[in-house]
Amino acid sequence: MYSERVMDHFTNPRNVGVLEDANGVGEVGNMRCGDIMKLFIKVGEDEVIQDIKFQTFGCGAAIATSSMITEIVKGMTLTDAEQVSNRQVAEELDGLPPAKMHCSNLAADALKAAIANYRENSQG
Amino acid sequence: MRNIYLDHAATTPMRQEAYEAMIPYLTETFGNPSSIHAFGRTVRKDLEDARERVANALNVHPREIYFTGGGTEADNMAVLGIAAKLQDKGKHIITSAIEHHAVLHTCEALARQGYSLTVLPVDKFGMVSPSELEKAIRSDTILVSIMQANNEVGTIQPIKELAAIAHEKGVLFHTDAVQTVGNIPLDIKGLGVDFLSASAHKLYGPKGVGLLYIRRGTKLASIAYGGAQEGSMRPGTENVAGIIGFARALELAITEQPETSQHLISLRDKLIKGLTALPDVSLNGHPQQRLPGNVNVSVERVEGESLILSLDMAGIAVSSGSACTSGSLEPSHVLMAMGLSHQRAHGSLRFTLGKSTTQEDIDYVLEVMPGIIERLRQMSPVQAKED
Repeated sequence: MYSERVMDHFTNPRNVGVLEDANGVGEVGNMRCGDIMKLFIKVGEDEVIQDIKFQTFGCGAAIATSSMITEIVKGMTLTDAEQVSNRQVAEELDGLPPAKMHCSNLAADALKAAIANYRENSQG
Repeated sequence: MRNIYLDHAATTPMRQEAYEAMIPYLTETFGNPSSIHAFGRTVRKDLEDARERVANALNVHPREIYFTGGGTEADNMAVLGIAAKLQDKGKHIITSAIEHHAVLHTCEALARQGYSLTVLPVDKFGMVSPSELEKAIRSDTILVSIMQANNEVGTIQPIKELAAIAHEKGVLFHTDAVQTVGNIPLDIKGLGVDFLSASAHKLYGPKGVGLLYIRRGTKLASIAYGGAQEGSMRPGTENVAGIIGFARALELAITEQPETSQHLISLRDKLIKGLTALPDVSLNGHPQQRLPGNVNVSVERVEGESLILSLDMAGIAVSSGSACTSGSLEPSHVLMAMGLSHQRAHGSLRFTLGKSTTQEDIDYVLEVMPGIIERLRQMSPVQAKED
């Protein structure tokens, strides 16, 4: 049902945990549908994502997409990171089962929420 | 690598005796039981012999046994058959919130066609209340359909009492016994039901065959057309090999039931005890009125599919009521009807043990579970409530 890459990220997720010095945090999903993703980003003065971590409650796809996006955007500028789509995350994982494309493929949304939160914080 | 199958409520491996009984009918004994010639007559005789053996095992009359294409088909035949037969008497049907979709979705389809449907609630253990049933019965009620034991949480309903209430008011009673035949003592006459569905592959028989018991004197409208087989109730050439395998598996399941149940109950209770001793793991379903092989727990702060995947990698096959495994966005209707929170429903895990399950299997599950739960909880943004 899942690709080898999904299972790899599910089994050995990259960048799991809380980022203590995060300056942007995004959370998407809800308990009703059974997926909650929380992304922590540490953005430098050059607007580059220096560090990123995630916490996820959810199925294999939810965990793998969270892990994958941290790999994709680490070291990217915010402008570039914002361009990353849920579809792209799924493609990097060699695809997701059709039923998972909507419900558990929210990592890019979580990242956008974290970036928005960073911008709010830095304006204040 | 371990290979431990703990999903017997989904399906069971076919037993050798059933397989061997089937072989001739898949090869040389191939006649159509409806044919007049010797090829057909031989098979007809064996088919009717199988019906008789099934009836003997269930202590009912052979003419009360109708072979079907499985449990779901039997449920459809009973619910739709009664609805069509008795529509002039009334159009009200009563079922429960925790039925298998084979009954629930069939009743809902009737509701869309103008029938009136009452879905009885259950308590936190998944029990239907007899007094709720009594209150729900109306003058236009034509059928009550309540399963004998639930496939997800294993709760066993007081069918005898529920059927008696329906009969007191002149209403027919159907029970889906797919999970119970061969797992708990079964006395169809004693239960007093009018219709009962069973399936072969849940009791170590082949897939694609089941039966509907129709009490003598009750009539159903048929829901399919095109042949006189099974009293025209299930037209189409019989699944002869399947029926022969079913009969063998059923006879053995009923004979072995006391021994099997004892074996399963001891392993079940050991697993329940071990799992619920883990932090924030709770039992779903009834603590006593429970199928011998069913263990259903909720693991707080962890989602069910990720538990299944982790257990699968450890060589343990189980299932869950999480949305991700139900094929819809909502978690199991059974767990929600029992009042579980979304979190606990998404974090549910079902272990269903079988004849071949051993103490070592249970020990191994209990050995790997803490690490699996811990790993997923460390990833989870949902934190334990501080005391």
